[in-house]
Amino acid sequence: MSAAEPVVRIEGVTKTFGHGNVTALQDIDLAFAPKEFVSLIGPSGCGKSTLLRVIGDLIEPTQGAVTVNGKRARQARADHDYGIVFQDAVLFEWRTVSKNIALPLELLGWDRARRKARVEEMLELVELQTFGDHYPWQLSGGMQQRVAIARALAFEPALLLMDEPFGALDEMTRERLNLELLAIWQKLASTVVFVTHSISEAVFLSTRVVVMSPRPGRIAGTVDIDLTSPRTAETREDPRFFELVTQVRELLRLRGEHLLPEEEQLLRDAAE
Amino acid sequence: MSIRRSIEWLPAVVVFVGAIAIWDVSIRIFHIQQFLLPKPGAIVSSFWNERHTLWPAGWYTFKEALGGFAGGSLLGMLTATVIGRFRVVGTALMPIAIAANAVPIIAFAPIFDVWFNPLSPHSKMAIAGVLCFLPVMVNTLRGLQSASPRQIELMRSYACRDFEIWRRVRVPAALPYVFTALKIASVLAMIGAIVGEYFGGSFSALGVLINSDASIFNFQRAWAGILVASLLGLGLYAAVVIVERVVVRWAPASRDS
Repeated sequence: MSAAEPVVRIEGVTKTFGHGNVTALQDIDLAFAPKEFVSLIGPSGCGKSTLLRVIGDLIEPTQGAVTVNGKRARQARADHDYGIVFQDAVLFEWRTVSKNIALPLELLGWDRARRKARVEEMLELVELQTFGDHYPWQLSGGMQQRVAIARALAFEPALLLMDEPFGALDEMTRERLNLELLAIWQKLASTVVFVTHSISEAVFLSTRVVVMSPRPGRIAGTVDIDLTSPRTAETREDPRFFELVTQVRELLRLRGEHLLPEEEQLLRDAAE
Repeated sequence: MSIRRSIEWLPAVVVFVGAIAIWDVSIRIFHIQQFLLPKPGAIVSSFWNERHTLWPAGWYTFKEALGGFAGGSLLGMLTATVIGRFRVVGTALMPIAIAANAVPIIAFAPIFDVWFNPLSPHSKMAIAGVLCFLPVMVNTLRGLQSASPRQIELMRSYACRDFEIWRRVRVPAALPYVFTALKIASVLAMIGAIVGEYFGGSFSALGVLINSDASIFNFQRAWAGILVASLLGLGLYAAVVIVERVVVRWAPASRDS
């Protein structure tokens, strides 16, 4: 791991729901360096989305703490350190594309001229220059998601949190947006935390893949992705790419046959 | 665009004109008595000849409807805002509100006449207002709660306070619901005012006029009065639709109204 001061430090985070009956996350320790692109991957129920929300201070951990740039997560949220992109674009249907991108800037109190200039920049970045005055319903799913990315990056947050942002898109759109996202990430200084359940997507995009296992949500292992940068469409045909995909898959399989709590209990009872 | 719009309207115009024609022809063929159903032409000529009585009466009733519509709708939106803000109030009031919505409120009209002076417009405004209140309240509340949890989560990630989320997300998300309710309310307000007047009221009111004309076999003017009421009701509805078009600009143009 990089020697630089981590952007995100997760220390001993545990999260239980329903009066402690369900343990979504157990003893998570992680640190993300500046400019890292970290993917969280695992089967559904492994707590990857919960972990993302704990990092973003949208869910409070039961135990442990998250610090972002040396601050408590609560303070980081108040300081607008987070840009978030969800699985669906979550655009505000009464705002045009430009106004959607400008929303966080309005909340930050930027004046009109500064907002306008930045929105233009962002529209160019996601190649939607001619769509600024369109309403969200007039755009395709892929275009809507690009607007959501532009909105999340408009105020240059230290941390970009993405919760399966391309999960609802078709494979071709998804691969194109993967490349676009990498190009954008290269230009900006943000650290990205990316939740996905696609192994190839995680390997293709990331500098590091964190594999999680379910019930309770734990870290099964991490894989450093040493593919050459910048990545292109050919990267997907690189033998190293397949090795890394296999590595991640092995880690998932190893922990994939995890037992349900009831089953564990049965085994424990049998042993006694 | 305007040519396409006129073509879209064409079938409705044809059906309307056709219905009037069938009405007129059937009266001639079947020798329908004048008091059962006057000819369309006779109604229109009464509408014009009696304009000095009918139109002021219509305006009088329209003002009652408008007062009830404005008062009832405002109160409905206000109540929904409070209920939406304080969940406890909502859980206590919503079942009652939904039950009340199923009650034929118009049945209370004679009571309102006693509570308020039956000859004053206020008693009719009260009936129209009560009719408007519930649909507006229930729809506004649903609208205020229609913002998706993700939208709220996103706003929270920007460190927004509840008021900011209300102003920037909940209210705009509620507007389409509010206008749907206002369109319903505009129709109910006119019904409330007219039916209220059927139970008695000032002689300058349209409902009283229609009622008394019908009882003295002056059916042509009664029908002309109904025509006035219909036009005013349509007018109020159209006004709401126009305001909706201006306020809810983002909605797809194909959306029906």
